[in-house]
Amino acid sequence: MVDKLWFLIPEMILFAGAVIVSIMGLSPVKKVRDAVPMMTAATLAVAFVTIPFLYTDDRVARAGLLMPWVGLYIKMVICGIGILLTMLCVGLIDRRYEALIQAGRAKFDAMRVNRGEFFVFFLLSLIGVNLVCNANDLIWLFLALELASLPTYVMVAMSRPSRKAQEAAMKYFFLGAMATAIFLYGFALLYGATGTLVLTEMRIAFAEQTAQGGIGFMGLVGMILAVLGVSFKIAAAPMHFYVADVYEGAASGVSAFLAFVPKTAGMLAMILLLGTIGWQGHLEGGVGLPMPITIALVTIAALTMTLGNVGALLQKSVKRMLAYSSVAHSGYMLIGIIAGPGMGINAVLFYLTVYGLMNTAAFAVLAGLERKGQEIETLDDLAGLRMKHPKMAVAMALSSGSLLGVPPLLGFIGKLYLFIAGVMTGHIGLVVFAGLNSAISAWYYLALIGLPILRKPTPQSETIVRTPSTWPRVAAVLGAVAVVVLPIFTGALLRSTEIATMGYEDAERVELTKAE
Amino acid sequence: MLAPWLLIIPLVGALAIIFAPPHQAKWIAMGTSILTFLYSLALMPVFGVWGTAEFGLVETYPWLDRFGITIGLGADSVAMLLVLLSTFLMPLCVWGSFTAVQDRLREYYGWLLVMLAAMVGVFIATDLILFYICFEFTLVPMFFLIAIYGGENRDKASIKFFIYTFTGSLIALAGLLYVAWQYSIAAGAWNFDIPSLTAFASTMSLTEQSWILLALMAGFAVKVPLFPVHTWLPLAHTEAPTAGSVILAAVLLKLGTYGLYRFVLPMVPEAVIEYAPLIAVLSIIGILYAGLICWVQTDIKKLIAYSSVSHLGFCVLGLFALNPLGLQGSVLYMINHGLSTGALFFLIGMIYERYHTREMDHMSGLARRMPIWAFFMVFFVLASVGLPGLNGFVSEFLCLIGAFISTPDNVTHPGVLGPWYAAFAGAGMIVAAMYLLIMVGKVVFGPLKEPHHHHHHHHHHSEQKLPADLTMREIGVLVPLAVLCLVLGLYPKIATDAMSGSVNKMASIYPARVLEHIRTAEHPNSRSWETASTVEIADSAASTTETLAPETASVAADLDVLTFGRSDVFPEDRIDG
Repeated sequence: MVDKLWFLIPEMILFAGAVIVSIMGLSPVKKVRDAVPMMTAATLAVAFVTIPFLYTDDRVARAGLLMPWVGLYIKMVICGIGILLTMLCVGLIDRRYEALIQAGRAKFDAMRVNRGEFFVFFLLSLIGVNLVCNANDLIWLFLALELASLPTYVMVAMSRPSRKAQEAAMKYFFLGAMATAIFLYGFALLYGATGTLVLTEMRIAFAEQTAQGGIGFMGLVGMILAVLGVSFKIAAAPMHFYVADVYEGAASGVSAFLAFVPKTAGMLAMILLLGTIGWQGHLEGGVGLPMPITIALVTIAALTMTLGNVGALLQKSVKRMLAYSSVAHSGYMLIGIIAGPGMGINAVLFYLTVYGLMNTAAFAVLAGLERKGQEIETLDDLAGLRMKHPKMAVAMALSSGSLLGVPPLLGFIGKLYLFIAGVMTGHIGLVVFAGLNSAISAWYYLALIGLPILRKPTPQSETIVRTPSTWPRVAAVLGAVAVVVLPIFTGALLRSTEIATMGYEDAERVELTKAE
Repeated sequence: MLAPWLLIIPLVGALAIIFAPPHQAKWIAMGTSILTFLYSLALMPVFGVWGTAEFGLVETYPWLDRFGITIGLGADSVAMLLVLLSTFLMPLCVWGSFTAVQDRLREYYGWLLVMLAAMVGVFIATDLILFYICFEFTLVPMFFLIAIYGGENRDKASIKFFIYTFTGSLIALAGLLYVAWQYSIAAGAWNFDIPSLTAFASTMSLTEQSWILLALMAGFAVKVPLFPVHTWLPLAHTEAPTAGSVILAAVLLKLGTYGLYRFVLPMVPEAVIEYAPLIAVLSIIGILYAGLICWVQTDIKKLIAYSSVSHLGFCVLGLFALNPLGLQGSVLYMINHGLSTGALFFLIGMIYERYHTREMDHMSGLARRMPIWAFFMVFFVLASVGLPGLNGFVSEFLCLIGAFISTPDNVTHPGVLGPWYAAFAGAGMIVAAMYLLIMVGKVVFGPLKEPHHHHHHHHHHSEQKLPADLTMREIGVLVPLAVLCLVLGLYPKIATDAMSGSVNKMASIYPARVLEHIRTAEHPNSRSWETASTVEIADSAASTTETLAPETASVAADLDVLTFGRSDVFPEDRIDG
């Protein structure tokens, strides 16, 4: 128990930060209120620095987790990209109200300011993802997942003073609740099938069932339902319908958050859940998940890629386009999940970082520009961006190129690993399918690359100006630089994903022999 | 640390351009590209493996150890020749763009230099992933060159170009990853070294090889381009700016044929033998069909673009003849086509800069107005149609002879094509002569008719008045090309000698396998490739070769071909299997 507490220190730091941020947000002094994002980033930085010291060999050995090292990697990634996401949200909340106060037309009212709350929810959601890393039973997993998701519903509603945002939040909330119900139902069936809530014990129970001729019907149905429910978090088909509306309704900074944070939580949850069954359960004796689950996952992956890419192709709004692209990328990542431990899971963890960086950079460009205080939305707004905002145009081109997977950008390396993992486990058809999907995606990513750089500005795009806060644009530049520079260091990044899955495969082997 | 500079010099130049004032961009690009060319010339004596099948300038730097992905550089003589072609053409492309491009100069010249690095990277990569990265990355500069500086239809052209080739190469990547995966199972570790993977893949079963062939063809046939996946090319060629068209025709198309040479032929020989007739038929259809399309073109640039499709058909036919003559012809064709078609695109660009039209109907008798231009036009058209004495003839002839003698009963190099293939392709030569000479007749000779000078909208600013005939700069661009065409036409031995080792080694893979293929075709029940020892069959073929054709004896005797002389990296069990 005490060992587990060590791993909770980052969450505690973030929680302390959340408390401080909530108080700062209520301060009548403007300078203090303005320092809220800085405080959030500082908290994340402190947590980031602390994490490597917490994960020592003996503590991990005694923790008894299913995937003991994963926290080291995921928590650092979450805190790191969290800082970028914080930059995107600077100057987003309470802008109009603060302006009124500045102009002396309104009085400061602690009830009306939202900035503190917003960043509290921001941090709470990140805490939720971090907690998923420590999950060793279904209840914990459920609570952590919900902690990652619930604040995002509020964040969507707060992010923009418009009805669209509120509509998006309502949709997101109700559909999210439905998804939660589905995976909770799945969890209940899993409990029924194994008689335990603890993941490591579930693994033994499933191993026993496998040894006796296969996993029971109830277990399979439970697992598939749980996977379906979690599909909502990662925005995978058939639970992806909310994505476009919600991302469009929320402010760009929050859309970037939605595309990365719940997705990471969902992917982790999926890895942990499927880990209880293990990738050695093919009835035919081969390596892989049990056939029904493999079929379900392959179907979900293929559908997700196709619906995402085709959906994105039809959009006129950049945010909706990026939303559908977020769906498509979940499809690519599912290849890694299907491929399983070793290369597959490593590739997924790797891709989460890659996707977080490049997608945040793309949204940061949108967050850094505006017209009359309104976000830019349509593709036409991007036309000729390079004339007035050359850095943003290049950042958009680089991040879109990376999302498309143009070598040698980071996105290409990420896709390469996923594809290698897929080929390695014999899912060549799926990899070719993903390749063709990437080709489809070229149509719309080329528009995102081409419009800012190739087109002449239109009267509409001429009116676009920078947002008052520089931080979103700093994030865009940082993300774009990362996309170009990190390919050189992918070796190190990949090694850290290998560390993250350490003990996962070994554990599987140990538990299986124990079961026999 | 010799080979990396071929990539570093142009990239540093491109970087310098970003920070330089726009009007200096062209000079930096000029200096950098000349420096790269001189450096590649300086590498020629150091290279040291001319005429052999070895790789020179081999260097390996670690990158992603976990998968054996390295930054592996090195070139055999064929690759080195293509490197020289690329570095030779780039200064001319830069110089030829001095007046044509007036806007967004830094981007233009920056992309040209990045392009140079990517192209050279393709030829000197010995690591599969590095090869793929460079191969795919060539799309990006070309996409921007077409989309920013292209003609009226540039949006459609650039997107079609990108998507066609991007899709194809992704499928090729899947095929290559499959090979790498199988290798990792057999060898116990990942490795993306091209020679090792090639040697390994050539031992796979026919079914596997056929699938790999299909995947690889998806990538390379689009790039070549082979009928029926050629439809991106006319559009891209026509819309690209002059230098873009030159690079596209001279080097980018060669990436496809080079891919066939480097991967398809040595990697999946069984499947190649099986499907060579099919591919040869496709290339002949391409030769004739594209030739006929050329005949009815009224846009000169489009005509030359389609003629590339037709010409590259010969190149592919030569490769799939599977004998040294055909292969030599094909590699030579890659270089010759680059020179003559590149020059033709320059010439058309010069006309376009003056008249802003490429319609043949609007012009005739230009020899009266521009005698120097007319001289070069006739010269390069003759080189292109294959006039003996100029470069095109030798390579076209070799390709056709190669296909002609590639019969099953050929004693030294049995093949699966034959006289009929050569006959039909030969008809393409006649078609080529017709459409090109008709074009020359219309445009260069006859009564003088100058196009009405259209003032195109996007050219209106900073228009420079060019003299009627060519300027010294323009002549300077064309003369080196013309000289090289003449040299390679009169003394092709300098190129064929240089590539002989590589080509012979490639050809030596085939005789034993073709014989075995023919035997199996005759007695379908006794497919003995798996049971009989590979070496035995190859040995018998080699001894036949030695008695019958002493001059090519070295070819088949070179039996380490299956492993590219790298048995150390080759898993034992697969050799015996």
